[in-house]
Amino acid sequence: MAESALISDRRLEREAAKRRQARRGQAIAVVSSVVVLGGLAAWILTSPGWPVVRETFFSWSEFKNAFPEVLEGFWLDVKIFMVVEVAVLILGLAIALIRTSRAPAIFPIRMLGTVWVDLFRGVPVILLIYLIGFGVPALQLNGLPTEPVVLGGIALTLSYSAYVAEVYRAGIDSVHHSQHDAALAVGLTHGQAMRHVILPQAVRRVAAPLLNDFVSLQKDVALISTIGPLEAYRIAQIIQGENFNYTPLIAAALLYLAVTVPLARVVDRMGGAGAVR
Amino acid sequence: MSAAAPVLEVRGVTKAFGTRQVLRGIDMTVDEHRAVALIGASGSGKSTLLRCIDLLEEIDDGDVFLDGEVITDPAVKPVEIRRRLGLVFQAYNLFPHLTALQNVVLGDRRAHGFSKAEAEERGRVLLARFGLEGREHDRPDNLSGGQQQRVAIARAFSGRPRALLLDEVTSALDPELVGEVLAAVRDLKAEGMTMVIATHEMSFAREVADEVAFLHEGRIVESGPPERVLEQPQRPETRRFLSRLLEAGRI
Ligand SMILES: Nc1ncnc2c1ncn2[C@@H]1O[C@H](COP(=O)(O)OP(=O)(O)OP(=O)(O)O)[C@@H](O)[C@H]1O
Ligand SMILES: [Mg+2]
Repeated sequence: MAESALISDRRLEREAAKRRQARRGQAIAVVSSVVVLGGLAAWILTSPGWPVVRETFFSWSEFKNAFPEVLEGFWLDVKIFMVVEVAVLILGLAIALIRTSRAPAIFPIRMLGTVWVDLFRGVPVILLIYLIGFGVPALQLNGLPTEPVVLGGIALTLSYSAYVAEVYRAGIDSVHHSQHDAALAVGLTHGQAMRHVILPQAVRRVAAPLLNDFVSLQKDVALISTIGPLEAYRIAQIIQGENFNYTPLIAAALLYLAVTVPLARVVDRMGGAGAVR
Repeated sequence: MSAAAPVLEVRGVTKAFGTRQVLRGIDMTVDEHRAVALIGASGSGKSTLLRCIDLLEEIDDGDVFLDGEVITDPAVKPVEIRRRLGLVFQAYNLFPHLTALQNVVLGDRRAHGFSKAEAEERGRVLLARFGLEGREHDRPDNLSGGQQQRVAIARAFSGRPRALLLDEVTSALDPELVGEVLAAVRDLKAEGMTMVIATHEMSFAREVADEVAFLHEGRIVESGPPERVLEQPQRPETRRFLSRLLEAGRI
């Protein structure tokens, strides 16, 4: 009895000490944040140009005026993003499966996969959007899409499917080949082994980098505006040009953040889950 | 002995990895209900031979027969053959993203065409049989090495294979966990399972095997009843191998 009382005293003491340490750490963090951020804010707010900047970038009336239109344009971003994301997930997986297959029969297709990734990953997205956006309609072929939104979406899909294929491939390669052997030994076909054993493990490992690519895709949708479509950034830019006020661009930036920040939190969550697993 | 064809027959099998000749002409026969223990130094090719039999490696020459039917022919579909054999690997190779029960059930559902309910019922019974009742929903990570290896044995056995190939099922285990896994193998042997058992456990080989085959430099240089091969080895290579094990305190 005496012994257990002794131990629990010691334990309470230790826990109290830990709490003290944690409190001190938090206090230091709060104070240093306030000092740094406050200093920065004071520095900006007291700058000679601040009154003008506040009027041209952070005008509440401009914001209220521009927001509905910018938001409407943003729905186009969201729609493009969702369609392209699904296409990228499927196409990227197909390319990764082709590139990781060792069957000799599909050697030519595998070459094609390699070329695809090299090509579309190697060309800047904005260039690809231009080339496809202006090049495809110039062919004047029947049946090919000519709408800028569709062509821009195709360009984004080509580019991001190359990135995403490599992410998937890294995941597939990271699963030890003995897992494939074990799946075959159980009587599964190669396809079943991929479907039930390799891919579930691979996708789990690369979920965070995949989402990371989607955060980046979500922003790059704005690049489509270079070939015409009126999405959030483009609309904000037009209003800005009319009123000589940059606030609409801030409104657009906030809308992008409204999507990318929650996505980023999901990425964090998954990274943590992956580490513990 | 019955006149029926042996369950497994290996004839003149050779296998090289690049320039390294691993198997130089293996002959081996395993009759129904019999267990052959495959012994030999590390690197002698025990795992390679078992992988060749399960068609996970392509052999260079010779043939393997299952129930009298050649299985090492390009016209034969490996998947069909693997469904008739069970293989337990040296390191567990359980599927880490699946629970113990899902590990056992996967082959029954996808390769043997059982419904989910049927497969799960069979899986539960099997896990219980190997002392894993209540652990059905644990991932391999949460099981001890001995439990993992028993799941692996249950998984290999669940497809009711014609023969079980066991590759040093205890070599990755702490000594105190070896017993429970060997008990599982003993249990299968008692049921009449035909087995090829690669092992470093000589006492176990003696106890459970009907025949011991000693693999040396790519050939089976000596084989016969355990008492004879292990106690009165005829060949100098076998004697050297056994005395080295004795010195290392492994017998
Ligand atoms: N995929 C491979 N590529 C190249 N060499 C290999 C491969 N697999 C096995 N080997 C070689 O073949 C030889 C036999 O290996 P194997 O794993 O069959 O031996 P083993 O008898 O099972 O040894 P252990 O008792 O250590 O498990 C070794 O020299 C090994 O390096
Ligand atoms: Mg081995």
